Amino acid sequence: MEENVVLTARGISMTFPGVKALDNVDFTLRKGEIHALMGENGAGKSTLIKCLTGINDFEAGEIRVEGVDGPVKNRSTKDAQNIGISTVYQEVNLCPNLSVAENLFIGREPLTKLHTIDRKSYNKRSMKIMEDLGISVDVTQNLENYSLAIQQMVAIARAVDMDCKVLILDEPTSSLDDEEVEKLFSLMRKLKEKGVGIIFVTHFLEQVYAVCDRITVLRNGAFVGEFPIAELPRVKLVAAMMGKDLDDLAEIQKEQKDYSKEPMEIEAKGLSHAGTIKPFDLNIHKGEVVGIGGLLGSGRSELARCIYGADKAQTGTLAVAGQQVKINQPIDAMNKGMGMLPDDRKAEGIIADLSVRENIILALQAKRGMFKQLSRAQQEEIADRYIDLVKIKTASKDTLIKQLSGGNQQKVILARWLATDPDFLILDEPTRGIDVGTKSEIQKLIVKLAGEGKSVLFISSEIEEMLRTCNRMVIMRDGQKVGEIDHDLSQEGVMKAIAGGES
Amino acid sequence: MKANSKKSFNSNTLLLVITIVLFCVLYVGGCIAYGSKGFTHFQTFLNILITNAGLICVACGMTCVMLTGGIDISVGALIAMDCMMLAVGMEKGIGAVTMVLIVLLVGVVFGVVQGFLVGYLEIQPFIVSMAGMFFCRGMTAVICTDQVSITEKINATFYKWANTKVTIPFGGYVNNKGKYMAPYVRPGVIVAILVLIIIFIMLRYTKFGRSLYAVGGSAQSAAMMGLNVKKIKMGAYMLSSILCSVGGVCYCLNTMAGSVTQALGLEMDAISSAVIGGTLLTGGVGNVIGSFFGVLINGTISSIVKTNGKLASSWPNILTAALLFIFIVIQSIFAAVRARRK
Repeated sequence: MEENVVLTARGISMTFPGVKALDNVDFTLRKGEIHALMGENGAGKSTLIKCLTGINDFEAGEIRVEGVDGPVKNRSTKDAQNIGISTVYQEVNLCPNLSVAENLFIGREPLTKLHTIDRKSYNKRSMKIMEDLGISVDVTQNLENYSLAIQQMVAIARAVDMDCKVLILDEPTSSLDDEEVEKLFSLMRKLKEKGVGIIFVTHFLEQVYAVCDRITVLRNGAFVGEFPIAELPRVKLVAAMMGKDLDDLAEIQKEQKDYSKEPMEIEAKGLSHAGTIKPFDLNIHKGEVVGIGGLLGSGRSELARCIYGADKAQTGTLAVAGQQVKINQPIDAMNKGMGMLPDDRKAEGIIADLSVRENIILALQAKRGMFKQLSRAQQEEIADRYIDLVKIKTASKDTLIKQLSGGNQQKVILARWLATDPDFLILDEPTRGIDVGTKSEIQKLIVKLAGEGKSVLFISSEIEEMLRTCNRMVIMRDGQKVGEIDHDLSQEGVMKAIAGGES
Repeated sequence: MKANSKKSFNSNTLLLVITIVLFCVLYVGGCIAYGSKGFTHFQTFLNILITNAGLICVACGMTCVMLTGGIDISVGALIAMDCMMLAVGMEKGIGAVTMVLIVLLVGVVFGVVQGFLVGYLEIQPFIVSMAGMFFCRGMTAVICTDQVSITEKINATFYKWANTKVTIPFGGYVNNKGKYMAPYVRPGVIVAILVLIIIFIMLRYTKFGRSLYAVGGSAQSAAMMGLNVKKIKMGAYMLSSILCSVGGVCYCLNTMAGSVTQALGLEMDAISSAVIGGTLLTGGVGNVIGSFFGVLINGTISSIVKTNGKLASSWPNILTAALLFIFIVIQSIFAAVRARRK
């Protein structure tokens, strides 16, 4: 093993049913470095980490850890801990009902001669551990009495006290505020000086540049590269994560129409939902298609969910067609003429065991209420109309939706919302995982709907697609709306905006 | 970032304090209202213990299971089966000590099976222990459908145990015939108190005890921290069944009979005692001292109703229901306050 390297993973491959989750991935961690593991959601970061910690059983490749001869194959998190790999997750994996000290020592408590737990001794040791890390807490208090940040630090303290050589921090900052994040960072730097190798997984670009020494980028389960932080400015990082090379991006020109004269359809002021999206303003005119750009996990869906009431807005006001409205839950939004196509169509969209017809009329029926049932003839008429309109390829309108292809399922959900005749439609990744032909059909349909005077909020990971269909783009970063681009929509401009920062 | 959370305010301790205060209020109330009927005698309190010795053992086991976030509703039926086994076994001429050992062994085996199903096969504890409940109640009838009494003739040793008075050197009174009545308890009470002390120490000072809390706090976290959650859960159900069998013997010493309908709904008494004592159904919070006072509160209510003599015997149920309601509301208020302080 190389000098100073604490962990290497070589050629790791792993398949989930139907998906190649990791394909020949390499990873190297050195002593005393903070190494960012970057990639969009689904790029394979978590899968790789689970391979390192023994939760996932990888098929090919080998992992070596300093001080252990031969390749390492962990069977459980406990195995991993024994050879010095500890993980701290986004959700604190400690017991809130036990004291801080107990959380540090449970499973390995010091015992007295009578084989009972030596409370005094571990309270004292816990106090010392926390002091050494510069965290001042009363270790005899229950963990639930402390903030998430402290809980996070207790989890780290536990890992460190178990002599870990490799500390994996999986999205530890997502529920912390800025001040807490800073505390966490100073703790990370302290550990780095002690020679601990830290793997830092986050989707906050700023944080990567604030603490990390090196970056490994994954995309679609494949290894993209390992870069020293100085050699990978933000835009390049984003390009690496998204898989676009800035140089070969063809500029796409688009005719612009001035929508600012059109009446306002949606007017959001200071809407926010704690923990998912910071306050934002957003105006959408009638007939306008507004795109939301940003990395996966940057708050794109959350912004939409907040408007739609799927996550109830905790602050701010919303006006629909010039009228102030209060939206507590999705049905309120539906009654105000909104429709939303969620991004996870398996979990939130289709109802697999119902027919195409039933899936199409679902939203309309919900809007009408339980007691005003659509007659069978009406249902069939609506189903026929929309199967034709959005070109759903199905054997009949009574075919079960689960027998349709992914693209056609997506069209059924689109049809469902069109059937409610919405004035404002939110489309979250409507084209994900479907073939190119269907994609362009859906894009055309969006433009056509806009032409008919409907407003659309369009979320997609494919920038080209949005450039083709959107009149204006909102840029999201780290759960915050950071800007809007309303002219000169270009791939480069959008990517620069998404990357943010000075580079 | 100085830790300034007040040490004095711990809602779980507060719940326990409320339970104890409530018991005192009830008891003193009983004394004031029914002092003339002898409620003030120390023996009245001891009688509550004598009647509920079995329930105390069961409640201790139930608390351990509930700490892991589970439940064991088989205990009432298991007690019935224990009593029936004791009665029929001794009727057939098997010695008292042997029978007690057999009953305890059955408890262990029963606990292993339930624990394995819940812990390793990850079946809902409610379903597992419901099956256990039906099994035990059914087996009781299979052993014998009649009520079987244990008399001195059937087994002198067991009869002697049941009628042994362990006198207490203080707190006696002189009755209206001028005779000094020394207060006493039965051996079952001694067993129950021992169980209570052992489980209290186990929960507080042993690895297994603390892991029960950890599993109840968050099973996933406990597993992440390297605890063997399956084994711990299995241990909890084994403990519950064993303590239930110990309780079964105590119960039998009190009733001196085996019957199919015996100890009906005792599992609910155990659960309500634990809840009134501050154990959360969601797991992770509670201790046996609370459950002990929960049993005492239920016992005091029954005792008051009995002493009154005019109230219908269904009143204890209604009062217990009211108490449960109050305690659950207090618990959820505390939980809400805690959530807001975050």
